[in-house]
Amino acid sequence: MLSYASNRVFIGIITLLAASVIIFAVLEVVPGDPARLMLGMNATEDAVRALQEQMGFNQPLIWRYFNWLGGLLTGDFGKSYTYSVPVIDLIKERIAVSLPLALISLALSTMVAIPIGIFAASRRGSVADTSAMGIAQIGVAIPNFWFALLLVYVFAVVLRLLPAGGFTGWENGLWPSVKSLILPSVALALPQASILARVTRSSLLDVLGENYIRTARAKGLSRRKVLYHHALRNALIPVLTIIGMQFSFLLAGTIIVENVFYLPGLGRLVFQAITQRDLIVVEGVVIILVATVIVVNLLVDLSYAIVDPRLWSRR
Amino acid sequence: MNIWKVFLFGTAIALLPSATSFAAKTDLVLGIVLEPPHLDPTAGAAAAIDEIVYANIFEGLTRIGPKGDVLPALAESWTKSDDGKVYTFKLHKDVKFHDGTTFDAGDVKFSLDRARNEKSTNAQKGLFAAIDTVESVDPLTVKVTLRQPSGDFLYNMAWGDAVIVAPESADTNKDKPVGTGPFKLENWAKGSQIVIAKNPDYWGSPAQLNKATFRIIPDPAAATAALLAGDVQAFPVFPSYETIAQFQADPRFKVVIGTTEGETVMGMNNKKPPFDNVKVRQAIAHAIDRKTVIDGAMFGFGTPIGSFFPPHHPAYLDLTAETAYDSALAKKLLTEAGYPEGFKTTLKLPPPTYARRGGEIIAAQLRDIGIEAEIIPVEWAQWLDQVFKNKNYDMTIVSHTEPNDLNIFARDDYYFNYDSPPFKAMIKEIEAISDGPERTELYRQAQKLLAADEPAVFLFQLPKTGVWDAKIEGLWENGPIQANDLTAVKWTD
Repeated sequence: MLSYASNRVFIGIITLLAASVIIFAVLEVVPGDPARLMLGMNATEDAVRALQEQMGFNQPLIWRYFNWLGGLLTGDFGKSYTYSVPVIDLIKERIAVSLPLALISLALSTMVAIPIGIFAASRRGSVADTSAMGIAQIGVAIPNFWFALLLVYVFAVVLRLLPAGGFTGWENGLWPSVKSLILPSVALALPQASILARVTRSSLLDVLGENYIRTARAKGLSRRKVLYHHALRNALIPVLTIIGMQFSFLLAGTIIVENVFYLPGLGRLVFQAITQRDLIVVEGVVIILVATVIVVNLLVDLSYAIVDPRLWSRR
Repeated sequence: MNIWKVFLFGTAIALLPSATSFAAKTDLVLGIVLEPPHLDPTAGAAAAIDEIVYANIFEGLTRIGPKGDVLPALAESWTKSDDGKVYTFKLHKDVKFHDGTTFDAGDVKFSLDRARNEKSTNAQKGLFAAIDTVESVDPLTVKVTLRQPSGDFLYNMAWGDAVIVAPESADTNKDKPVGTGPFKLENWAKGSQIVIAKNPDYWGSPAQLNKATFRIIPDPAAATAALLAGDVQAFPVFPSYETIAQFQADPRFKVVIGTTEGETVMGMNNKKPPFDNVKVRQAIAHAIDRKTVIDGAMFGFGTPIGSFFPPHHPAYLDLTAETAYDSALAKKLLTEAGYPEGFKTTLKLPPPTYARRGGEIIAAQLRDIGIEAEIIPVEWAQWLDQVFKNKNYDMTIVSHTEPNDLNIFARDDYYFNYDSPPFKAMIKEIEAISDGPERTELYRQAQKLLAADEPAVFLFQLPKTGVWDAKIEGLWENGPIQANDLTAVKWTD
């Protein structure tokens, strides 16, 4: 039982190390000189050279990799080339926006999608089922930046109930901050909820077709009891997988929605850092995201084992 | 159906009593498109730095006024020696930096010497090239000796890159800017907003606003929504040309289209065949219809230019007729140059809309005279590397936003690869003459020379598209320097 868990953890660590090599190697070969980019078209050559030296670009690549890796182990992610503040501070500021946003939209989509999925599966073929799945289809098809603009137009421009975007910062009060996250999380939750509802429905339908369900019904259990006690638990594994993937996506893949609401999230930090060739920031954020994905996958793997205890004994 | 539940949920939450009251009328929220990398104007070229700090947080000896003229700032007056080589600046007294330290001649010497130093990372080091020595005569007098007379010296000292900093805070200005200006930095939430607050101890006439917030909004659609929703009350350089008409029709807003120092040009690699042939360059210029480019890429905003000079400058000459759109003439010139069938080439386009959209239109126009220009989109970092530094390009579109930059065509090894001894001689002469009709005359000759030689196709002057609440006054109409001087900005009721 423990070997299942420790095996997963070991694989996770190896993945992380491999990722660090790849991230560093790939980013170092990207063309473009951050020093020239900062000083612009009018800068003299010697000013550019002085800045390159300040940034430490004259050190050998291998030395810089191990320096970076050593720093990571002690929690030092280096200093941003453009902002000249520690990378870890930048990441912390952005996570304070991205993490609550991801959690709120995930909660929103899960709370809406799973009941709809169950409802639709239990009334397969009914008008309610077809219309719920039809709406879900539309939810997947609508681009979320467009939906976001629609939300802004209705709730910020016409009704003036919520801000059109921006983030005031948690230190300026809980309510204003939550308020500025409402529209973005709804915009992000819509497609996620649509996918999740469809997955829940189809996974539940698969399970409902199994022999043991017929047996359970045959021995006289009510439809309801069979659905919640026997079918649902077994249908959850694919649903958990999707939720895990959605969380990783919501943490950093939300750049378009972040742009529409001009939120200072992780996605925009990475994008901005790439265009400014602030490589040390890109490296830091990507390695944290890799670590998050690995941890989330680990948790999902472990939760399979809770849903399906046979996994513990199989290894 | 459940989507509506989500809607209702959102509405219900939003209807709960909220703590936000109407903003007091001494606050202003401004939208900016790009976040500055840091706030030290002496260590970076990003215009976004000056858009926040220039004249608000930092001041130089002189400054640029709203009309592009040089005004006194920390220097209340100055005298120039007869040979034009020695400037003696009389400084304002009782000026304090934001951290409480006193400003004096020592700070001026420190700042200018630091910018010229060999370890300096000043992005505009060239501004200080004429300076030979800087002496502090007494606490309120500074003597600057130049190597040779320089007509641009006072103008150069007005750039954001030449502001006066204190030795105590120079190294931390990137994050905690300490200047002498009417505002000081209150807080910077990275990626989100920068807040500046009135400096109560300011030496000059105090700011009218108590607080100004610069909110970073890169997306044009989001910029439109933010203004309409009232989250942002002013966009000094509004990025969404397509929605400006909507604001013009709305009495709550004022739309002010001004000029900037941004000459948008299609640069050509003057040393690389076929662009080394002046007839080819002229043919390309005649093949491009500026009006179509401006209408298509800029929604009609932008002034056509025929040379490399801003239309609002007193010495400006309208030379657009010299290279007016004439497809037949273009074809004839191309035939004379030995390319009757045209040729294949490339057009590298950096990210701004004017370049990407403008490039598409220009490529289509060039096809009419047989020139097939393959479009290659590049990021800024790639552009600086491939085009600007290594000159590995055929044609490219970029806006040169620095003020007073006619001299780039006289620089050796600049990306145009243009080398014209008569033009270089003219620039040298201009730089030595301070003012007067001679300088105007030389400026005009230089413009004519460029319009004839066509080292680049001169397309249009970038507009300054300001959109703000109709009750705000004091924001600059034009952009003679990329700055948002908020000293005189106030609400009218």
